[in-house]
Amino acid sequence: MRHYEVTFIVDPVLSADEIKSTASVYQDMITDEGAKIIHSDEMGLKQLAYTINKRSSGIYYCVEYSTDSTELNAKLELALRRDERIMRFLVIHLDKYAIQYNADKRSGKIGKAKRTIEKAKAAEAKAKAAKTKYVAPASASKGNSSKPAPKPKVESVAAQSVATAATTTTASAEEE
Amino acid sequence: MASRDDIKFLSNPKIGNKKKKYCRFRKFGIKHIDYKDPDFLIQFINEQGKILPRRITGNSLKYQRKVAVAVKRARHLAFLPYVTDLLK
Repeated sequence: MRHYEVTFIVDPVLSADEIKSTASVYQDMITDEGAKIIHSDEMGLKQLAYTINKRSSGIYYCVEYSTDSTELNAKLELALRRDERIMRFLVIHLDKYAIQYNADKRSGKIGKAKRTIEKAKAAEAKAKAAKTKYVAPASASKGNSSKPAPKPKVESVAAQSVATAATTTTASAEEE
Repeated sequence: MASRDDIKFLSNPKIGNKKKKYCRFRKFGIKHIDYKDPDFLIQFINEQGKILPRRITGNSLKYQRKVAVAVKRARHLAFLPYVTDLLK
């Protein structure tokens, strides 16, 4: 499974219902092709950094999904390009760090405040490093019972990761 | 005659002990740069919206490339301007 993320800007002149239906058209399109929507985020009305089609603001949507299909992205891009309610869009492939980042952002580990972002990211990276560090010796010394110390730590880390988000664990399982 | 201690500050005391630049991504272990976060990306562009060189930011090559990609994506989605003035 490859993870992708599509971000698009909907014209703000439309009515609220039309905007919602526009977004749901693409969400349905993704699910109809057999892809799994991991998260769909309505980022809301934002001021654009420059005018697009004589509009100075837009409604941002961001949908993260995973699929095996190779045709979905081409189809989606074509549909987005033809739709005049969509001002801009971007479809990107997410690597494993991006998936981790999005999962952490959803679970609130990465704050929206300006200064806390770096700290949270640092903490996240540390936790990740610790995770890989502890898992490795445990798997290596499975039969060896002379080292009981690392084992409880592994369990605690595993329990923690289960508690944070189900999607995180599935993502990491896919990576392995 | 002035002793060595008196003439110490005739020249700029900061010359000689330059603070070493470092890559913040390597230092803090940041693996992914989000293009949807213009507040973070603004640190890597100048007031005209141009991407700052590694010479100034101190980023390692790997992360400078990622920063550049993230800034370009952010520009496409109008999170950041392509050209501007007095951005900061």
